[in-house]
Amino acid sequence: MRRLTTALVSLSLLATGCASIDQGGGSRLELISKRGQLHCGVSGKIPGFSFLLGNGRYEGLDVDICRAMAAAFVGDATKVQYRPLTAPERFTALKTGEIDLLSRNTTFTLSRDAAGGNGLTFAPVVFHDGQGLMVKRSTGIKGLQGLKASNICVGSGTTTEQNLNDAFQERKLSYTPIKYQDLNQVVAGYLQGRCLAMTSDRSQLAAARSGFPDPEQHIILDVVLSKEPLAPASVGGDQRLGDAIRWVVFALFAAEEFGITQENVDSKLEQAKSNPQMSSLRRFLGVDAGLGQKLGLADDFVVKVIRATGNYGEIYNRHLGPNSSVPIPRGLNRSYRQGGLLIAPPFN
Amino acid sequence: MKRSQHFCLQVGVALALLTILGVLINNLAVNLIRTDMGLSFLWLGRPAGFALAEHPLSYRPSDSYAWALCMGWLNSLKVILCGLVLATVIGVLAGAARSSRNLLLRALSSGYVALIRQIPLLLQLLFWYFVAFLSLSGTPLAPLGTLIRVSNQGIELLGLHLSVEFSALLVGLSVFTAASIAEIVRGGLNSVPRGQWEAFRSLGLPEGFGLRRVVLPQALPAILPGLTSQYLNLAKNSTLAIAVGYADVYAVSDTTITQTGRAIEGFLLLLISFLLLNLLITGGMEVLNRVVIRSQQ
Repeated sequence: MRRLTTALVSLSLLATGCASIDQGGGSRLELISKRGQLHCGVSGKIPGFSFLLGNGRYEGLDVDICRAMAAAFVGDATKVQYRPLTAPERFTALKTGEIDLLSRNTTFTLSRDAAGGNGLTFAPVVFHDGQGLMVKRSTGIKGLQGLKASNICVGSGTTTEQNLNDAFQERKLSYTPIKYQDLNQVVAGYLQGRCLAMTSDRSQLAAARSGFPDPEQHIILDVVLSKEPLAPASVGGDQRLGDAIRWVVFALFAAEEFGITQENVDSKLEQAKSNPQMSSLRRFLGVDAGLGQKLGLADDFVVKVIRATGNYGEIYNRHLGPNSSVPIPRGLNRSYRQGGLLIAPPFN
Repeated sequence: MKRSQHFCLQVGVALALLTILGVLINNLAVNLIRTDMGLSFLWLGRPAGFALAEHPLSYRPSDSYAWALCMGWLNSLKVILCGLVLATVIGVLAGAARSSRNLLLRALSSGYVALIRQIPLLLQLLFWYFVAFLSLSGTPLAPLGTLIRVSNQGIELLGLHLSVEFSALLVGLSVFTAASIAEIVRGGLNSVPRGQWEAFRSLGLPEGFGLRRVVLPQALPAILPGLTSQYLNLAKNSTLAIAVGYADVYAVSDTTITQTGRAIEGFLLLLISFLLLNLLITGGMEVLNRVVIRSQQ
């Protein structure tokens, strides 16, 4: 009897021991290429960023970031498994390893980045956004003063609640937050007249408005309550994965700087191959080997990425450009050469 | 011999369970160390920095996270307690109606039970909130004069204002739970021998009086255990509050977790607060059960 107990106890200790050994080891980057698929966390509900189409496929700027990563890591942009996540779920999904990459309108903040906070690793900002407020045009409201002592519909699990509070407290105005779980409910509450205004990132307001029956009857106020630099994130403490993600995003920026598009990438590649003096282009496209390898990727990862998604400007225009269904002026999201904030460090 | 085999089996099962628990806790510890986040509850004392739409006691955004969570817990308690009462009233009425001799009453209540039990609660809550309450007009409907007034701003009951979020959640939870309670009540009433009904009827007692004084007391021991689990369900289902914008303990925790990044601690606190709530309900029902059984002896 006692022997049996001892055996079982040691067995259980062994089992716990094994579990901890499994956790250690190398970078997630190897796991992704071994698996042959990238697990990407998206929202799935924001037109222009990530939205589930009628044919069952996801589309948007955030989705294209996932596709660019899959092209670089696995060599095939279609090898992505999308996981639609709500705002409160997203960090847990990263932490538990359910997803490799979070590409879901996530604001880059100190608490989320730092090891003592959520401990994530952020990639470069892919969309510079800011929190705004939307009201019905018929109310005639122009600024925060007009929203004094009124109800404001807000979504849960985001920095928006805190920003809203800060903005009203600074101006010594009172308000009542009506907090819902996700944006669809915020929109419904606002349209049903429960709130005078709804608040969210301006990009999301524009996206939501595109689905209204009367989009022109709603205005986004000029006031911007916050900086919302939205960036993809991966789990902290994994430098190789973090570096690889960072430089794939930079490659999208740099390709726009170089004037390399989905259409001309192959001719640019030929050009680089036949002209030994175009050294920066040769390094960027992996004709001169070495850069990709340092990241643990194929040397021609940039070519694969651009073939799959095009450069950043092309991605932006496809989903948020003037001819898209969710037009948002490019503003700060232009290359530094056009007066925007996007800049890629040298590919040296 | 047989007994020791039995004992071995029990020890084996217990150890297997412990092993599973050990693996889970170990995984958690390893992951927390890997991401450099030990368990800590110090953040509870920091200012919450978010406003709440409803709070039974005084609350400002500069108050601590702990106080904000308390407000959430009280909000939960408020809707749960009101829900228990309302669900019991509707449930008992509908259950009694199902055993009634009146055909219309019987058909109405069985229709109600059938309809409500087939539709997911979340959908019903969204219906009550967005379709029923928010679609009302701003001028209050007052079916009972000044006693109760219903508008898209909520319910005004004897001068007491209930927000539209609270009202929708309360009505949704109560109507949903009452359908199950009605079935339990009907089952309990059916467990009372037919002869008891015939006995009071043959004495010429009115139907309602006989039901209250003869049948229900005998049905109670059969009803109470089922009722307890429905009460617990109602308490747990109250976390769907966030879908209709009510600031219950889950909604507040949700904000807290995103702002502090303390998901595991936040969920632990949530687990504890629900355990407390449910132990409270189970304890209360246990006492009631004992009183009922004693009074029958």
